[in-house]
This record gives sequence, C-alpha cells and structure tokens, in this order.
Amino acid sequence: MHTLSIKELSEGLRAKKFSSRELTAHYLKRIERHDAELNSFITVTAERALKQAEAADARLARGEGHALTAPLIGVPIAQKDIFCTLGVKTSCASRMLDNFIAPYDATIVQKLHLDAGMVMLGKCNMDEFAMGSSNETSFYGPVKNPWDTSRVPGGSSGGSVAAVAAGLAPIATATDTGGSIRQPAALTGLTGIKPTYGRVSRYGMIAFASSLDQAGVVARSAEDAAYVLQAMSGFDPLDSTSIERPVDDLVGGLDASIKGLKIGLPKEYFAEGLAPSSREKIDAAIATLKSLGAEFVEISLPNSPLSVPTYYVVAPAEASSNLARFDGVRYGHRAIGAKNLEELYKRSRGEGFGAEVQRRIMIGTYVLSHGYYDAYYLQAQKVRKLIYEDFKRAYESVDLILGPTATDVAFGLGSKTDDPVAMYLNDIYTIAANLAGIPAMSLNCGFVDGLPVGLQLMGNYFSEARLLNVAHQFQTATDFHKQMPKAYL
Amino acid sequence: MAYDSSTWEVVIGLEVHCQLLTKSKIFSGAATAYGAAPNTQADPVTLGFPGVLPVLNKTALEYAVKFGLAVDAKIAERSVFARKHYFYPDLPKGYQISQYELPIVYDGHLDIEVDGANGDKTIKRIGITRAHLEEDAGKSVHEGYVGQSGIDLNRAGTPLIEIVSEPDIRSAAEAVAYLKKLHQLVVYLGVCDGNMQEGSFRCDANVSVRKRGAREFGTRTETKNVNSFRYVEKAIEFEIERQIDVIESGGKVVQETRLFNPDSGETRAMRSKENANDYRYFPDPDLLPVVVTSADIERIRATMPELPEAKKARFIEQYKLPAYDAGVLTFDAALADYYEAVVATSKSDPKSCANWVITDLLGALNKLGKGIDASPVTAAMLAGLVMRIADKTISGKIAKDVFEAMLAGEGEADEIIKARGLVQITDESAIAAAIDDIIARNPQQVADYRGGKDKLFGFFVGQAMKATQGKANPEALNRLLKEKLAG
Amino acid sequence: MSLSPENIQQVAHLARLELPADKVGPYAEQLSNILKLVGQLSGADTGGVAPMAHPLDMQQRLRPDAVTEPDRRDAFQTIAPEVDNGLYLVPKVIE
Repeated sequence: MHTLSIKELSEGLRAKKFSSRELTAHYLKRIERHDAELNSFITVTAERALKQAEAADARLARGEGHALTAPLIGVPIAQKDIFCTLGVKTSCASRMLDNFIAPYDATIVQKLHLDAGMVMLGKCNMDEFAMGSSNETSFYGPVKNPWDTSRVPGGSSGGSVAAVAAGLAPIATATDTGGSIRQPAALTGLTGIKPTYGRVSRYGMIAFASSLDQAGVVARSAEDAAYVLQAMSGFDPLDSTSIERPVDDLVGGLDASIKGLKIGLPKEYFAEGLAPSSREKIDAAIATLKSLGAEFVEISLPNSPLSVPTYYVVAPAEASSNLARFDGVRYGHRAIGAKNLEELYKRSRGEGFGAEVQRRIMIGTYVLSHGYYDAYYLQAQKVRKLIYEDFKRAYESVDLILGPTATDVAFGLGSKTDDPVAMYLNDIYTIAANLAGIPAMSLNCGFVDGLPVGLQLMGNYFSEARLLNVAHQFQTATDFHKQMPKAYL
Repeated sequence: MAYDSSTWEVVIGLEVHCQLLTKSKIFSGAATAYGAAPNTQADPVTLGFPGVLPVLNKTALEYAVKFGLAVDAKIAERSVFARKHYFYPDLPKGYQISQYELPIVYDGHLDIEVDGANGDKTIKRIGITRAHLEEDAGKSVHEGYVGQSGIDLNRAGTPLIEIVSEPDIRSAAEAVAYLKKLHQLVVYLGVCDGNMQEGSFRCDANVSVRKRGAREFGTRTETKNVNSFRYVEKAIEFEIERQIDVIESGGKVVQETRLFNPDSGETRAMRSKENANDYRYFPDPDLLPVVVTSADIERIRATMPELPEAKKARFIEQYKLPAYDAGVLTFDAALADYYEAVVATSKSDPKSCANWVITDLLGALNKLGKGIDASPVTAAMLAGLVMRIADKTISGKIAKDVFEAMLAGEGEADEIIKARGLVQITDESAIAAAIDDIIARNPQQVADYRGGKDKLFGFFVGQAMKATQGKANPEALNRLLKEKLAG
Repeated sequence: MSLSPENIQQVAHLARLELPADKVGPYAEQLSNILKLVGQLSGADTGGVAPMAHPLDMQQRLRPDAVTEPDRRDAFQTIAPEVDNGLYLVPKVIE
C-alpha cells in the first residue's frame, strides 16, 4: 500500500480495496517498525489517526464527497511539527515548546483534516523553529536520511521528507523559508513544492521569518503534491498576507503539453560550487525536457550571489522578533526558580532555545539594533529588491527557470554542525525564490552513488500549476521518483 | 506658578494615548469591554500564541482618519505598521505593533484658548506632529501577591491612537487647556469614551526648561501615564520646579522616564529598564502597508459630526444665544443634542430653553452626579414643560416645582400639572371674583392703599395668589387688581 | 565586522538570552563569521533602490469591527506555567 500514489490510494479507498483504517494502521505499523532509526516523527498520533480514519470510512460508506472534489478523504498525511494542531503537542522541535499543546488548529490543518478529510499520522521532526539545513538542530535529535542513515535528510523539513521517502507516510506537509522544502526533498529524492508567498495561509504555522515563510508539501510525485497542495491553498481572512485569488486547477493541469515552453538556465546557478556529478544529472534532465518539447535559453540573475547574505540579515531579523514571544509567561518552557523578571526571561530563553536558534536571534537582534539598522537591515531590503527585479526581468523572456536545488547530494551527519556559514551556503540556490516570493519546487533527477540529486524549477508568481505540470511531464518520461531506498521497500 | 517666568521658559510636548471606541481589538476579534474578569478577553492573537496573525480592524483605521480630519492633519495615503521591541510581561509578543516612520495622521493642529497679556483670552495654535495607530498593552496587578505580579491581558490589543504634539506648550495651564480641548474633540467624534479613570485617555508629558532667550531646548524628561487633568497640571508643575532646582543647584537634568505619584504630587525616575531600551523598530512583516485613498477619506469625512467650534458658532447664529451659553451647551455633543431637541420639540424661545438646560437641568444633574445621557428628565420632557410655560398653562414659578417633580420621577409635565391641579387660572372672571372677595374682607388695607400707601399692592398680590393657590395668571392678576383697587 | 565576547553579552542581554560562560567565545567567533558573510551586502550598489519589506505588492486588508473570539481562558491557561485567579503570574514587576 505504501508504494501507491495519492490518486491510487483515493481510488482504492473508494473501490473498497482497503479501508482508511487499514491504510492508516499500515502506515502506523511502518512508523513503529522504522522510525526508531529515522527519527522522522516527534509525535505519532496513532489513536487519533485511527479515529479519524474510522470517521473517513464512515463518510465514504455514506457516499459523501465526490472522487473529483474530495479525493483526499481517508488518505493519511504527516504534519510538520510547525503547524498548530488542536489538542496535540506542537513543539517546533524546540525544548521551548516541548510542553505546548496547541489550543487551536492552523488553517491548513483545518483545510486538510476537517475539510478535505485526511488522516493525521503524526507530527514530523524538523530543525528547531525551522532553522537549519540538515535537521540536526532539533531538540528531539537529528533525523536520518533513509537513503543512507549516516547522512542528513536536509532541513528544515527533514522529518517530513524522511517519513515520505521511507514510506512511513504517503505525503507530508512542510514549510520553506529559505529552501526548507526543496533542499530536503532534493536530498531524499522527493518532489517538494513551495508555492507563491501568500498562496497558502500562514495562520497557525509557527513563524520563523514572516516575509519568507511559506507552507507546501513534500511528496513522492508532482501528481501527489498537486492533490494536497490544491486542498491546502486558498485565501484565509486570518492571514493579512494571504492572497484573495482563486486557486488554479493544479491536478487538472498536470497533463498539459510542455511543447514550446521556454526555460531559462541562470548561469550563476551553474557556476563554481555545483558538484560536477550533480551537474551531469541536471544536464540529463535538461535533455529529457528538451525531448518533451521545452526550449532552453541561458539567462542571468546577476544578484543571486547576494541572496545568501541578504537572507541571513532578513530571516534572523524577523526571527529575533517572532521569537520574542517565547518568554515563559503564558506557555512554553519556564525556568525554575527565577528570582526576578529579567532572570525569568533570560533563563527560560537560554534553556528553551538551542544553539542555532540563539545564534540567529542574536544576529537578528544585532542587525536591527541602533546604529546598524541602515547598514544591515535596510541594505538587505534594498538588495532583496534587486533580486526580485532579476526575476522580474527574467520572466519577461522565459516561462520557468531551472537549476540545481543543492550543491551536492546529502552530506554526512555532523559534518557541518560546527561551521554555521558552511551550513548556510547549502541554501545558495533556494533562497532567492523566498526573497522574491515566487513559487519553486524540487524533483529527483537521478542518483549519484545511490544518493538522489535534486532539480529545481522556479516559476513566476502563481505558476504552481505550470511548475507541477512540467514536473509531472518529466516524471511521466522518467522513473527516478519511483525509486525507494531498499531498506524501506 | 512658583518659578520666575522672566528667567525660565518651559517647553512642553504631550503624548496622548487615546483608546478607540471599537467593539473588538485592533488586530483580532476579542472584545474590548472595560472591567471584564482577567484574561477573559484575551484570544490567541492577544496572548501572542505561536503562529497566530494580526488583521487590522477597519473601524480603528477609520477612527484614526476621523481624528486626523478633525485636527486638520494630513492623512497618509500609505502608512506602515512597525514592531517596537521590549520585554515586559504586559506585552505578550515581546513587541508592540505601532507605527513608526509612516504614521496614518501627521501635521495637524489644535487651537486652544490661553490667557493673553492683558488678562483677556487669546487663541494659541498647538501643532500636532502625528497621530499613529498602535495596540495597547495589558496590566500588571500587584495587590494580593508577595514578590509576584499577576498579568491581565484584557487590555492588550485595544486600539489606540497616540497623539503627539509639537513642543509648543509653554505652561502647565496651557497643557491642561490643550488636553481638555483634545479630550472634548475625541469624545465629540465618538472615537473615544474619554474615561480617564479607566485609562481610555492617558497622557505622557515631555517637559524641559531653558533660560529665556536660549535657542536650544533643555534636556527633557517624560512623565508617564498621568490620568487626570489635575494630575497633569501637578505633575508638570512639579517637574518644572524640580528641573529648575537641579539646574540652579549646578546639576544637569537627566533624560529619563518618570512616574507621577498622585499621593505625593511628585514624580520619580522609573526603576524598570525603560530608560535603556533599543526598540529595534522594523516594518511588521505580518501586516501590509495601509492604503487610504482620497475616496476613503471623503467617505469618512461624510460621517464626521459637527465639531465643537462650528457648533458653538452655529448656536450663536441660529439661536441668538450669548457666547457663554453657546459654549456651555456645545461643550458636550450629547448636551448640545439635548438642547436642540428641547428647542425643536417645544418650538419655544431658544434663550429660555437655554436657561432651563444650563441653570436648572445641569444644576440638578450636577447634584445627582449624573451625565446628560442619564438625565431623569429627557429632552422631550423638558420641552413639554417649556411649552406649558409658553402657552401660559403654568407660570415660570410653578414650572420650577413641576421640574422638581419630573426629576423625582413623577412623570411628564402635563401629568404632574394635572395631578397637582396646577393649571394656571386665566379665566379673568374667576380672578376678579377672588379679588372682590379680598377687597371686601380687607377694608382697612384698601383704604390705606387708596390713601397713598402703594407698598400695600404687594399685600394684595400675595392674598390673591394665596386664594388661587398661586395659579392665577400673574399678568391678569396684576392688571385686574390695579383696576379694582383704583375703585 | 567582528564581535567581541562583550558585544555578544550585550546582544544576548537585548535578546534576553542567558549564555553559559563557555559558549560566549564560540558564539563571538561564529557570529563574526556570519557578519563577514552578510558584510558582502555593503558592496552592492543600491543607490536609488527602494527597500522591499514584502514579496508581494499588496495592501493591508481590513477586518470588520466585530467580536468573534469567545472567552476561552480556561483552555488557554491549562498550558500556562503559573496562573492564579485568571492572572498569569510572574516575578514582581517593578515600574
């Protein structure tokens, strides 16, 4: 069952080949068997999942929901532990929220479970407060890459990708502030999409950097991703940055031809720094897409080398502010025996946050502080505009932009933990899309020494349907996405 | 003022925090009612729970614009919310959402009446630098705890406008005049309930002193949250004296935030870290720029009530009232509405209506400690009374008794007049009969009067009023009595 | 731009973080490296460029003024560290 696509699961449920309860139990059993090694879940909500599955079975038995408009009833999903889930621990992989039972649902949780009828298997591990590129900053320990458990799965959505790659969940939600969907998807051979900023509600998604954060999915295929992203997307009055615009038909657009599609290859993304072995796979993917009728043209995104420095001003600045609410007063970790207010704050926050979160809070505090604001924060906002204008200019002549997702395949656990800057440079190809707010995705385009290589597609605003269409066409012509790590077959 | 104003000049700027009279909070749907049980009006947004997001209250924005229009200010086509960071338990998110570089309202002014050089009143214009939208903080409760404080976040997230004046104010009296005018205005506009005890209208005073003729401002202190006009006056006066003392004894005024203690009438430096802050303002990424178009402004302008000055001018013109009466009646919009209703309903002389409202009604309400909104005598009731005087049903004197009865809840004027049989006797034959009877029973007095003792006329009026239980029409009584006594 | 251990202590105070003494040195070095990375921005020619606070050119949406949130104090306070009579308790607030 765990090799079936979302569409096949949906059809199987409706054809009564299996019940949602059976399906859910199957995944729960796989989690039980494999997750001790992978550590992809922080919380497994087995009992609740089975109840939801039974409710879904009852709905299906009553004939509720049409296969086309409600295809996800009874289909299990794993939630990144950054989304608030009513009555379930929502930790953001931080000691700070280890005791936080959310008293409300994130909008996407409502949409996926209450509206679409999906079953929640549990809450996935991640980098603490989504700050990291290797899933090694989690309070609950690192997540392992199912393709090679001595390597990282990428981050921050490391738990989500490990669970899906190992077949412990058919699909999972994830979030992407600087590449946290795409980079881990690349490192685990999955298809991950970060939609246009504002396309998916941020309400109830614990904020890292508000002007960059965007929720999406990690899946085994573009088709799977299309089904769930369709259900997650849409306007939310509770989020001021949510866009009032109908959602395109993502599933319906998958089969469109890509003949004549103009794809730009930014020369900066193919310069020094990209592993030659990865480059080979990407070149092969370009050839495949050419054979499907796409046209390629070299473009330039001249400011892209500045995207990492820009990001490491903007994101920590916003994070230092967003994380100021964690003070041990109303919820979350509180230091014991603080003698005064200042001590309460300092000790609660000192104990509650891990090192990477502390580093980013301090960088953010510093760049916003008196005397440094103009040189760092304001300058970063201006460079952000330049990066945005690079894309704007590019999309005047191309439909999509293609490049690598990561510089190389998954690296070894612990190999970069002592050098934050080396870790930050992992995100060199993914950050620009967040700064500009455009949609972007990663898909598997081959293997180097048994480790997946990610291909990144970036689109113009609101072109999710086009991105998924191109990815689906590629996946129709190839079978990289169907590979599973042998240990988890 | 105790200081030597020929040597020292005082420079004052005021920051007024004015709670907007909305039903819900500035960024969430929690209630804003005063006095609810602790934290029962604190929703996830108010509490700063993880992942929740702010959405701006439309009415709060409109009220800010309304205020801006009333002080002749510019309304920003594009204003931006920023985060102001500091750690304090009454500030749940660790930052306050406020406006920093681009406020919604800027560059306005308010004219106040101040004492002129010759003891007369002159008009002084006080600049309003800006008024920006922001969220209020919660409250700390200290009573009942040892070494701990309780935090109530009901007030957190209540919409505020912070109104910042130019440093144009030169005395505590001017400061009070400005505040009273501002208070009247926001209450008039209906954007604030103006309740200072409940903290709906609070003032921080920036005070500095300098030698007369000096070009540079002196170092200023900011005295926080002074919650009555009298305290503002006292706090500023204390601060002026203190600063002059510091300078005269060779010291330097320290720029700091101070707290006013109403019991001692003194200010003291705050002990909290308030004075060493780095607020790290930056645009709030959860909120987008607020755009107000000229069409929006015109739509809001159309909902503006008549403002105090315009109303006063109109009262003088339309009702031919003296400036004093017009000023009293228009001080409060509800009172002005009341007065206009009395005039319109009774169709009577506007000046006598004004007298009734100012002297009788306000006097009575004062005694009862009630506002015009809670008056036991409604405008319709008072109009009913005024009409009975105008149509001579009762005399002005009887009317005072009827008014007292109305205050006591005995009903409408007509009911009281009827129940107490107070209808004025206008039937001249009845009055004449009463007079004849008095003349017959008092031959000696009649003879004395006719012999030249004019003073006795009062005696006959008294007797006749007594005989008619005060209900005789005074004018008819006088005329008939004179005729009959003349013989 | 490099940060001294004293700078780190100041920033940590502003951010209300208690740092163990043995972490201050490594943090100073790591944060200095990060600042070196972001220091590349100073070389960018941004003359005449308007700062971009937000990826989308949209304006703030307005919410009707209505009370939509019921009192859920009890539910919210079950996850609070210390409450009494509906109040959140903290060490004494000194003004």
